[in-house]
Amino acid sequence: MSRIQETLKIVIVGHVDHGKSTLIGRLLADTASVPQDRISAVQRRCTEQGKEMEYAFLLDALEEEQSQGITIDTTRIQFHSEKRDYVIIDAPGHKEFLKNMISGASDADAAFLLIDAQEGVREQTRRHASILKLLGVRQVHVVINKMDLLDYDQESFDQIVTDCQAALANAGLVARSYIPIAAKFGENIVHRSSNLTWYAGLTIIDTMDALTIEHSSHDAPVRLPVQDVYKFDHRRIIAGRLESGTLKAGDEIVCWPQGTRTRIKTLESWNLSEPPIELVQGLSVGVTLEDPVFLERGTLITNSDAPPLVGTHLTANVYWLGRNPLVMDRRYTIKITTQETSCEVKTIHRVYDSGDLSVISVEGGVPANFVGEVTLEAKQPLAFDPFAGVPETGRFVLMDGYEVCGGGIITGLAGEQSTDDHQEKEKSPAGAAKPLVLRKKLKRSIVVNQ
Amino acid sequence: MEHLERLESESIYIIREAYRKYKKIAMLWSIGKDSTVLLHLARKAFYGHCPIPLVHIDTTFKIPEMITYRDKIAQEWGLKLVVGKNEEALRDGMNPERGRLDCCTALKTEGLQQIMAKHEFQGLLMGIRRDEEGSRGKERYFSPRNKDFEWNFKEQPPELWNQFQTEFPAGTHVRVHPLLHWTELNVWQYILHENIPVIDLYFSKNGKRYRSLGCAPCTAPITSEAKNVEEIIEELKNTRETERSGRAQDQVDAYAMQKLRVRGYM
Repeated sequence: MSRIQETLKIVIVGHVDHGKSTLIGRLLADTASVPQDRISAVQRRCTEQGKEMEYAFLLDALEEEQSQGITIDTTRIQFHSEKRDYVIIDAPGHKEFLKNMISGASDADAAFLLIDAQEGVREQTRRHASILKLLGVRQVHVVINKMDLLDYDQESFDQIVTDCQAALANAGLVARSYIPIAAKFGENIVHRSSNLTWYAGLTIIDTMDALTIEHSSHDAPVRLPVQDVYKFDHRRIIAGRLESGTLKAGDEIVCWPQGTRTRIKTLESWNLSEPPIELVQGLSVGVTLEDPVFLERGTLITNSDAPPLVGTHLTANVYWLGRNPLVMDRRYTIKITTQETSCEVKTIHRVYDSGDLSVISVEGGVPANFVGEVTLEAKQPLAFDPFAGVPETGRFVLMDGYEVCGGGIITGLAGEQSTDDHQEKEKSPAGAAKPLVLRKKLKRSIVVNQ
Repeated sequence: MEHLERLESESIYIIREAYRKYKKIAMLWSIGKDSTVLLHLARKAFYGHCPIPLVHIDTTFKIPEMITYRDKIAQEWGLKLVVGKNEEALRDGMNPERGRLDCCTALKTEGLQQIMAKHEFQGLLMGIRRDEEGSRGKERYFSPRNKDFEWNFKEQPPELWNQFQTEFPAGTHVRVHPLLHWTELNVWQYILHENIPVIDLYFSKNGKRYRSLGCAPCTAPITSEAKNVEEIIEELKNTRETERSGRAQDQVDAYAMQKLRVRGYM
């Protein structure tokens, strides 16, 4: 089998004690991905503590995790199949550690949602499903673990699948497959189970090998948020990561929110045998521009054909993690890529529990682990996209004081008219002539993006 | 995009983010392969320049070749180098025989603490990786340490979508880990790809080579015939031994690294 040259990131999520760390430990051991002395060390430690071999200890390295038998923080570990390399992300299942789960899952290419066959769908199963939806992880597979405790019974498996399909549908997710396993015995992980002969689908490892990284297309809109401006060797280098699209020298670009046009002059590089001809999505880049236009950290560079949405009001779904609820009349900081400004919640439209999806009153704001559908008002105009259009510039975090307290995805620009009124009344920091330009761009960009 | 290119880009983004956020920032250079790759990435991020000063903590027990290599590279690349030593502990005769973990804490952790205080550094770039050992597996890219240098691993900031918590209450300093997602194999593949000069202690002489570098009394070479970077890559693809198996302080007890790191160790 020829090996694939890319590394896929997979997060394993699910309710506490449904066996995430055991599954991963087993994957590592059965594919011979973990050094023998590390397995021996765990074996020794388990014998010392009078326990059976605990594969989870390969990941749950902290003393507190091992003594309590839980995962506190997310870990990632590399492993490989015959086909390619993987980064496996173990995310904690406890409610108290949801922010660690989100840290683990936010950049995964695919997710495996683990369910204990005896317990079925539980609170964190639903919560994790909502979070995967919010994070935009599209490739989700469900793994039904501990089939040995149900005597490998097909009917019980089918029942769990039916329940789970309903729970996922509520969260807006569709699983691509359901896999019965017994992680403790390594059944249907790397080796096919002789107790589950009625199951015709793929093992976990074969399911992973069949996954692909979903790249955005070559002609996706150009999105280069400016991270910093350097003045080295008498050049003014605009540095940032190309979040979407491709760039070449000579390309016409627009700098937002000002709407200033110029062209890319050079693509900068160091220690390359040949300078780059084209920059692609995901690269940390540096460019110089034809004209000495004003820009700074936070400026969004785009191509002229696909402008972003620009405005101070945006609608979004926010997953809240803060100790105090997300409320109106309080200042937060919003960060969209490298843009950062003060903001407040203008309206809370709906609040629901990410676990059981029950809707609560909007009066008390958005408590931790609830999702709020909100309109935010930023102090400065922002340039962004709907998450469904360009995910990289369609998501943000909210800070309360020093802390990251929520993650959100943008559904759109709120009330176009009111946004314009607001800008005209309240001034744009760049000067009086700007709002007109803004408004013009704004209308066109809506057509392009929606 | 190739895998190494993706790793490189993610690291450069983090280095640039740290440089932008902290006026007083330094990069820890242990002379080992990881921090030398980190240094190379910084030069790449800033187009051949390294605007960030390097800090080397000299325990005086380092393998002598490391100091020679350090001074040679620093001069060739025009680096700003700050060397820290816990003079008081050394005068007092601290050495590994007084207990390896105590020695690491005094000469490395406290040595670092002194230099951070002296220069008032708010941020410190370091080349640690998740796959090195368990407690590092739990790290964040931007990882705060309180004024006593303690790591509160139970309450770490969330990191999502490359948004990092970069600001903290006064007295906190931030450890920035741009290589967190790399593996040992990735590091060697990158050294080959970029032709980065690493110290030759890593290459086999008389059937032995160092796989991880530290202080002479606590670091043992491994049995190996790998004489160059290509051969090391081949060796790593087939080994089932851990990288830090030659580092004595890790083996003091089951949670040795966690205990050291909670107190501020790298």
